[in-house]
Amino acid sequence: MQDTKETIRQFILVSQLPGESPDSLRDDTPLQTSGILDSLATVGLVSFIEKHFGVELDVYDTSVEHFDSIDDIAATILRKRAASRT
Amino acid sequence: MAGRTLAGLLEASAVRYPQRLSVVDSENLTLTYAELDKQANALARFLLGHGVRRGDRVGVALPKGLPAVVSIFGIMKAGAAYVPIDISAPMDRSRRILEECRISALIADTASLALRHMSCGGSVPAVVVNPPEGQTEGVSFHEIVAGDGERAPVEPVGDDLAYIIYTSGSTGMPKGAMITHANALSFIDWCTETFAPTPDDRFSNHAPFHFDYSVLDLYVSIKHGATVYLISEDLARRPRDMVRFIARHRLTVWSSTPSALTMIVQFGELEASDASSLRLVTFGGEVFPPRHLRSLQRHWKSAEYFNLYGPTEITTACTFARIPSNVPENRESPYPIGFACAHCRTLVLDESGREVAEGGEGLLYISGPSVFAGYWNRPAETAAAFLDRSGTRWYNTGDVVRWDPAEGFTYVGRKDRMVKRRGYRIELGEIEQALHLHAGVREAAVVAIPDADAGLRIVACVSCGNDRPSVVELKSFCATKVPAYMVPDRFVFRDKLPRTSSDKVDYQTLGQVAEARER
Repeated sequence: MQDTKETIRQFILVSQLPGESPDSLRDDTPLQTSGILDSLATVGLVSFIEKHFGVELDVYDTSVEHFDSIDDIAATILRKRAASRT
Repeated sequence: MAGRTLAGLLEASAVRYPQRLSVVDSENLTLTYAELDKQANALARFLLGHGVRRGDRVGVALPKGLPAVVSIFGIMKAGAAYVPIDISAPMDRSRRILEECRISALIADTASLALRHMSCGGSVPAVVVNPPEGQTEGVSFHEIVAGDGERAPVEPVGDDLAYIIYTSGSTGMPKGAMITHANALSFIDWCTETFAPTPDDRFSNHAPFHFDYSVLDLYVSIKHGATVYLISEDLARRPRDMVRFIARHRLTVWSSTPSALTMIVQFGELEASDASSLRLVTFGGEVFPPRHLRSLQRHWKSAEYFNLYGPTEITTACTFARIPSNVPENRESPYPIGFACAHCRTLVLDESGREVAEGGEGLLYISGPSVFAGYWNRPAETAAAFLDRSGTRWYNTGDVVRWDPAEGFTYVGRKDRMVKRRGYRIELGEIEQALHLHAGVREAAVVAIPDADAGLRIVACVSCGNDRPSVVELKSFCATKVPAYMVPDRFVFRDKLPRTSSDKVDYQTLGQVAEARER
């Protein structure tokens, strides 16, 4: 779980927040509602996660309610992976 | 012709095609022409019964969906102008808009209902879409539209306002462009001539209703008895699903900003879906990078492509360019904005007010029946937007163009500090005003620099005290003050901002600093 979060954090830092200290991007920092990820950046993150973690995210998974923080996103990935195993 | 209105387009189609589908939403809910017309009539009757009068303004703060379309037509049928609100924008900005144009009713969902308390003394009538069980505030939209669907006894005329769309203002307060029915109809009629729509067309509606590109989708479709397919906010974030949506509904007309199309090209998996139904693709609002346009055309082969140009003040588009369906491999420069639409006249003047010759550059002025009535409650800014020349009123677009008889106009840039991003106008000054409100910010200056992929990047140069806020903090703060498309992409921190010899912020140096950082 922690690895998943770090992978997401690094992707966002490198693509959206170059030069920013990793400490300022906490697990619960809002991403979409805060303006850190705009619509194009969100689509880029979704695409990265689908490729990197081998999951397919639908509208529900990427809605603001389930995709607005590193915590949310990691939980969504975990849920999708669990669902694909059953 | 004085009586022609946008609501009249619906009424005519409802008589001719009562059982055809007028609107389909992203969840596959539908309205026939008869249903849409009847529901809009019922809403108009409610509004008139609750104090709305011809010439009033009514706010619409709804997500994309059937109720938003019914609301727009219902408001116009009551003789009022609709004021579409960006529900994703900070509430305080929306409140200032609704207060400024003094709405006499608000149509909102539960999430946006708070705007009623925040503005206009909290007293205007409210129509609420999908109120939760037990909510007592406002009147239920669904109950209203189930009521008497007879046409309301109001006869708006062409010179009445149809809508007010707010755009970014340099002083921090957005300004509202007032568009009459006659303004909008002159553009819609041009679309009829140019795109030859039929009742069998299936239009996409990607643009939100607070962006006037939606005028093309909604009213051209309704005028011709065609069907408009609404792309919800959620769907618009999902390029792969949008591409599937086009295939599933066999859409024939697509209109959006180049940014949306670039997103579709990059993430939409175009090779996996059939888009052979598309006969027309229009884009506008910003430059389309040719390499993405080429990728799009490799998959969307059947369509004719048009680049549309025009500020909100002249109703969606005033110039257009036909784009070849095979953009050459070696083309790197973006396509021109082309020639004047038949309902518009153009004039390009150099700095001394002389018409420019072939190959020359100058400010683009537009006249014609689609030119707006003015900014709501801003006589000085309205006066400043126009030039009177040999008895004609010309709107100054503020855009510098180059004229070439073969290609038409090419967009060169601007002399002021307005930029366009994802089709939205942004006054960089409005972002600076927002940053200045942050306690940790001493000085802020915002520049826009070109970017091959994103079209444009917004860079904020900020000087702070010892305790500098993080980028996360500053972005989050901006998002509470301005809409998401105005939040800066990058931040550059400096002890002091560079200044010119006259002690003004040196934007030229800042632009160079910002560009150097991006490389």
